[in-house]
Amino acid sequence: MGAVFRREVRSYFTSPIGYIFIAAFFAYAGLMFSMDSLASGYTKLDSLFSSLLTIIIVLIPVLTMRTISEEKRTRTDQCLLTAPVSLGAIVTGKFFAAFLVYAVGVSITAVMAVVVSVYGDPDWNVIVGNIVALLLVGGAFIAIGIFCSSFTENQVVAAVISFIALIGVSFLSSIGGILPSLDEGHWYTKVIEGLRTALEKTSFGERYLSFTYGIFNFSNVIFFISAVAAFLFLTVRVLEKRRWS
Amino acid sequence: MIEVINLSKHYGDKKAVNNISFRAEDGEVLGFLGPNGAGKSTTMNILTGYISCTSGKALIDGVDILEEPVKAKKNIGYLPEIPPLYLDMTVKEYLYFIYDLKKCKLPRISHLQDICSLVKIDHVYNRLIKNLSKGYKQRVGLAQALVGNPKVLILDEPTVGLDPKQIIEIRTLIRKLGKNHTVILSSHILSEVQAVCDRIVVINEGRVVANDTEENLSHKLTGDNKFVCRIDGKKDAVMREIQKIDGVDKVYCDAEHKDNICEYRIEAAEGKEIRYELFRRMAENGSTILELKSAEMNLEDIFLKLTMGEQIPALEEKYEEADD
Repeated sequence: MGAVFRREVRSYFTSPIGYIFIAAFFAYAGLMFSMDSLASGYTKLDSLFSSLLTIIIVLIPVLTMRTISEEKRTRTDQCLLTAPVSLGAIVTGKFFAAFLVYAVGVSITAVMAVVVSVYGDPDWNVIVGNIVALLLVGGAFIAIGIFCSSFTENQVVAAVISFIALIGVSFLSSIGGILPSLDEGHWYTKVIEGLRTALEKTSFGERYLSFTYGIFNFSNVIFFISAVAAFLFLTVRVLEKRRWS
Repeated sequence: MIEVINLSKHYGDKKAVNNISFRAEDGEVLGFLGPNGAGKSTTMNILTGYISCTSGKALIDGVDILEEPVKAKKNIGYLPEIPPLYLDMTVKEYLYFIYDLKKCKLPRISHLQDICSLVKIDHVYNRLIKNLSKGYKQRVGLAQALVGNPKVLILDEPTVGLDPKQIIEIRTLIRKLGKNHTVILSSHILSEVQAVCDRIVVINEGRVVANDTEENLSHKLTGDNKFVCRIDGKKDAVMREIQKIDGVDKVYCDAEHKDNICEYRIEAAEGKEIRYELFRRMAENGSTILELKSAEMNLEDIFLKLTMGEQIPALEEKYEEADD
């Protein structure tokens, strides 16, 4: 795992992708920070954190699009898959490398919190909770992105699929919202209600936003960690399946 | 040691590899010969665990590649058809990465230096792989396979893209490696297999059509009893005389050159020695034998015969054997 991790991190920074990701993240976060906090003299960072969800939906596909698709295209996967390493280790190595780059991007929010603390007295518990939440939701998104990258040999296709998937999982609750509300008594009322609840509970966006309201709910933490594990596991299965087909 | 038992790989209805079996002993260089699309690369990909087989077994040093992949892969160095190189790395970075990836225990700097001087890439050690020529990329690919000093080397067309001088160097190197590694080498270049391999497995349309040393193959396919000779003498008389010899089954005149010099092909019955009699009769007849040789096929003929499906009895027997 270590070898794959180091190579991936290096490749993020020998290609422009790592720099572009971090620069775009910093720029967007900076813009939001100056608009929401600096311009209005507001010491809470909740609106900054909730708006960052949008940018990571756009940027994470860029970060993960090449992870597996590029290996397939250039046939370097032959070197990884014939080396004495398990598929799990390869996928986890790639995940942590992307996560590291992402964490560098997220680190700017800590700087912003320090800037705010110069002028006022922010609630550090909430800010730390928000940073942790941003890391968690980003980790889950990266796992989804890597999973999408394992389907194709084309980076752009991988990016588009992950983008759509991330929009999907972030706004599942909105899909639940457009389901019709029905009167009691129909046999399918319970089904629709159940579906609505299920969509709300699995909505990544909903769970993330609850952190920005200052609620640190451990079930949400567990949810994101499980999402990471589940999608990395699925990626391993996709790679495994390709060997068998 | 590599052992392949009844290995098959199907892609839907297409049988890329169809029930093949062979083994390569320690310290043997096995040549894998076949036309394009015969199933060479597929077999190699199965042997290295890159893809799975539909049925059958592949054992690397006694370890099943499907059941204990990580353990089996420790003993394999693989150079695929397209060297798996990360173009954004330097040769040094790449080899360090492979060293880590293979969890190699040998002293890093000296081990990698040995490999680099063996495949002669020391002077491009700090260059980006994407800027190297095809020949050098191929060598870096070979270096990658050698990292960790694996017992088994599987090389898929290792000399593709090299210039003649490099080809000779690489062949010499493979010969040298063959002394303490088991090497399987695929190629469609006959002279290469001839120059390097101890034994040849000919594969066509996913089946093993021959598995033997070059001499035996040639011998089996032609037998001891066919000769080609060039004789100076009147054609009809010479043909008549040859036919009179005890043991001659058939005689053909293949080519007529000027001044009564013709080329004849003689097929004798199994186990009959006709050469003494031929010599005597020609001498008595006043004809001169300018050339007499056994009509053994060279590897090129064998290859074409085995893979083009030419209808010759020996070939049909071989196919039947392969089917069994």
